[in-house]
Amino acid sequence: MTTTFRFTVNGKARTVKTEADRPLLEVLREDLGLTGAKYGCGEGQCRSCTVLLDGKPVTSCVAPISAAAGKKVVTIEGLAKDGALHPVQEAFAAEGAIQCGYCVPGMILTTAALLERTPRPTDGQIVDALNGNLCRCCGYPRILAAVRRAAEMRGGANAGQD
Amino acid sequence: MSAKAYSVIGTRPIRHDGADKVTGRALYGADFTAAGLLHGAIVRSPHAHARIKSIDTTRALAFPGVKAVVTSADFPETAERMVDLGEGDTPLSYARGNVLAIDKVLYRGHAVAAVAAASPHVAEEAAALIDVVYERLPCVLTAPEAMLESAPQLHDGKSNLASQFQHVLGDAAKGFAEADVVVEREFNTATVHQGYIEPHNATALWNNDGRVHVWCSTQGSFVVRDCTALILDIPVSRVKVTPMEIGGGFGGKIPVYLEPVAALLSKKSGRPVKIVMTRKDCFEATGPTPGSFMRVKIGATKDGRITAAQAYLAFEAGAYPGAMVGPAGMTVFAPYDIPNAVVDGFDVVVNKPSTAAYRAPGAPNAAFATESVIDELAQKLGIDPIEFRLKNAAKEGTRRVDGPKFRRIGCVEVLEAMKNHPHYSAPLGGPNRGRGVAVGFWFNVGLQSSATLNVNADGTVNLVEGSTDIGGTRTSIAMQAAEVLGIPVADVNPSVADTDSVGFTAVTGGSRTTFATGWAAYEAAQDVVRQMKQRAAKLWEVEAAAVSFDSGVFTSGGRKLTFKELADQLPATGGPVVGSATVNPRGVGGSFAGNIVDVEVDPETGKTTILRFTAVQDVGKAIHPSYVEGQMQGGSVQGIGWALNEEYFMGADGTMMNSSFLDYRMPTALDLPMIDTCIVEVANPGHPFGVRGVGEANIVPPTPAIANAIERATGVRMTRLPMSPPTVMEALWSAGN
Repeated sequence: MTTTFRFTVNGKARTVKTEADRPLLEVLREDLGLTGAKYGCGEGQCRSCTVLLDGKPVTSCVAPISAAAGKKVVTIEGLAKDGALHPVQEAFAAEGAIQCGYCVPGMILTTAALLERTPRPTDGQIVDALNGNLCRCCGYPRILAAVRRAAEMRGGANAGQD
Repeated sequence: MSAKAYSVIGTRPIRHDGADKVTGRALYGADFTAAGLLHGAIVRSPHAHARIKSIDTTRALAFPGVKAVVTSADFPETAERMVDLGEGDTPLSYARGNVLAIDKVLYRGHAVAAVAAASPHVAEEAAALIDVVYERLPCVLTAPEAMLESAPQLHDGKSNLASQFQHVLGDAAKGFAEADVVVEREFNTATVHQGYIEPHNATALWNNDGRVHVWCSTQGSFVVRDCTALILDIPVSRVKVTPMEIGGGFGGKIPVYLEPVAALLSKKSGRPVKIVMTRKDCFEATGPTPGSFMRVKIGATKDGRITAAQAYLAFEAGAYPGAMVGPAGMTVFAPYDIPNAVVDGFDVVVNKPSTAAYRAPGAPNAAFATESVIDELAQKLGIDPIEFRLKNAAKEGTRRVDGPKFRRIGCVEVLEAMKNHPHYSAPLGGPNRGRGVAVGFWFNVGLQSSATLNVNADGTVNLVEGSTDIGGTRTSIAMQAAEVLGIPVADVNPSVADTDSVGFTAVTGGSRTTFATGWAAYEAAQDVVRQMKQRAAKLWEVEAAAVSFDSGVFTSGGRKLTFKELADQLPATGGPVVGSATVNPRGVGGSFAGNIVDVEVDPETGKTTILRFTAVQDVGKAIHPSYVEGQMQGGSVQGIGWALNEEYFMGADGTMMNSSFLDYRMPTALDLPMIDTCIVEVANPGHPFGVRGVGEANIVPPTPAIANAIERATGVRMTRLPMSPPTVMEALWSAGN
């Protein structure tokens, strides 16, 4: 049985007619062609499928499409604005916090959400936020450095510097 | 240590694919799509060992939306012969049998049949309608058990002991007689998985002209091409592989699993077919690293000189022969100059998935045994563990037990760097804490690589190469071309090409990519310089020999043209310049790595916490130091996971009980301290820039370094991996603590 769902994806209103229990990840990737969110485990354990739902990171592989109804979804494709990378994206590239890159969209979105609510996170807060996002190439040290750098970049901008 | 000043090498530029990877634009295998795409699903064996009595596909074929069904009966009919899938000869039936089971299933998860349908869900539903009748057989899960006469036999008429070898150096009996102290212990290590986050995937289109096009995530596009062609019995020229971005491999994405199946489904349906594994499939039906049983004995004199060593290494190959016990035999005593040694290796098939490479395959198992025994010897002799290793360290000219003599190596330099590191003398600062050290070796490989450089009129260069990029190798290869050409690395634009568009290039593995493909890029750049000198000579009406080139500037007499200025003149002087090169380097330089680890062991729970971790490695020359550090940290963390948590929990019936990331516990950000890195550069004389290759040696020392640290913290020596809390508790109880 199909249901019609209306929600916003990366600032654009979308309507999808589908089964209510399909994972959000599958709808994003297969119906909307947004392949930036990755399948890694299908059980919310690796978080490479992370997207923002009303600003909060969720594992889209276990979130049903019905959970997105009426909400704002941001995927990695929607983070850069007007051709300019988001500071977190810039920091990840500059810090070389990428090996294979597969976990990176989830890491970046989780970081973006963290910095929205905690602009100056302590190392402990960074680790807590990213703890469930698996990186097997093990860029954790470099990823943590990228998060710190992103916080500085945003902080600098807020303080009217740069 | 090279004193030569480089302008590009040794710097830390942003990688060329950085923007694609932070914006989600980078396309990995599962992101590929095509018009008319069908989705495949695999039927997998619920039994670890069984004879296939029959497969009935009638119900699946009748299911609405199903376009094709295949089983091993769809493989072409060819006589049995030996084929080389890149890691030595194997019977064709084994190569095919792991892709789709022939007559028998040999592990739970073994692929038996496949379905293609319009949607993944329809394919999955239809797969459940394929009726397979099995005759269950008893299974065997460990090497020592599988070697017993009474063990169930996996391959009819063939012993489970698929092969064995012995390396002998000097006279071990005489050496042990000379020893004042001898330590001998037995060790067991569990099966572990590479744990790449991206599952295996493949899309194939069998075109009407008989050509097969494959898109997949792989460490070696040419391996996929050659294996697919062999398994399907078609010429390699009829298979084209387009490598997509790859989400981690660590050795596990060398073999083919899905590609020939997707191709057969496409042949039958006439449409492109994509298959993507689930996480459970990855655990149950790809190639983890072997579990092993090992016995190591080492003797030394009172003054700390090793006189003899002996190793017995029995590795679980999984369903088909080919456990990485060979490399274990090559590396087991490699860090030491030992006059008398004997190594026996056994490759044993068991009812587990067919094992594959995992980062320095075989070496971490062997090092866990050797480095634990070395540590115990040092304790018994009352010698500092680094001093004991230094006293016996391998150096240029040392003969390895498997035969080769070392060329210039950095074992001593790594040990010196560990000894002098502030970490080694820092206070431990608390009870239940201990500090362990260990070293390890990986020989690295060379193999064939190709590269092409197309010079653009604006002075930039397009680099075409065939090494799939897992950790930033586009950049480390481009940097070597840029260094030769005297241009900024941003002016080199690297592409990883499909197998029709670049010369043969072996796998991204064996720590070879920056070494060998980098060398191909170096040679291709030399070719560009040679050709451009001729163009300058033409312009200046001199002999090409009269033109010099240095730091990106061509000169002759008083005349001078920059690389960019001359590039602009190419159309007028004869057309484009294309430099190309192929290499099959012999000058491979092995890499030594060492760790200093501080742990705290909770005596109530057996939980080991890593307090501080220092990774030291001889890399020859660090082309891009950030990526070198990344490799060192990555290997260290995988080693930490292997040491403390990771293992296949196998039920007696051969079922893996923890085939999910929830239950197969890999290190997270919270589990780890900062992994400090210390790069040692002992130039490899066999490479133009001194590169050794850095990807693998770093995973070798962590398990014994942590075991040695646990011993120093608790007084109990661990002989089983992983050293998870229950294993540590058990050891503490047995020791009466």
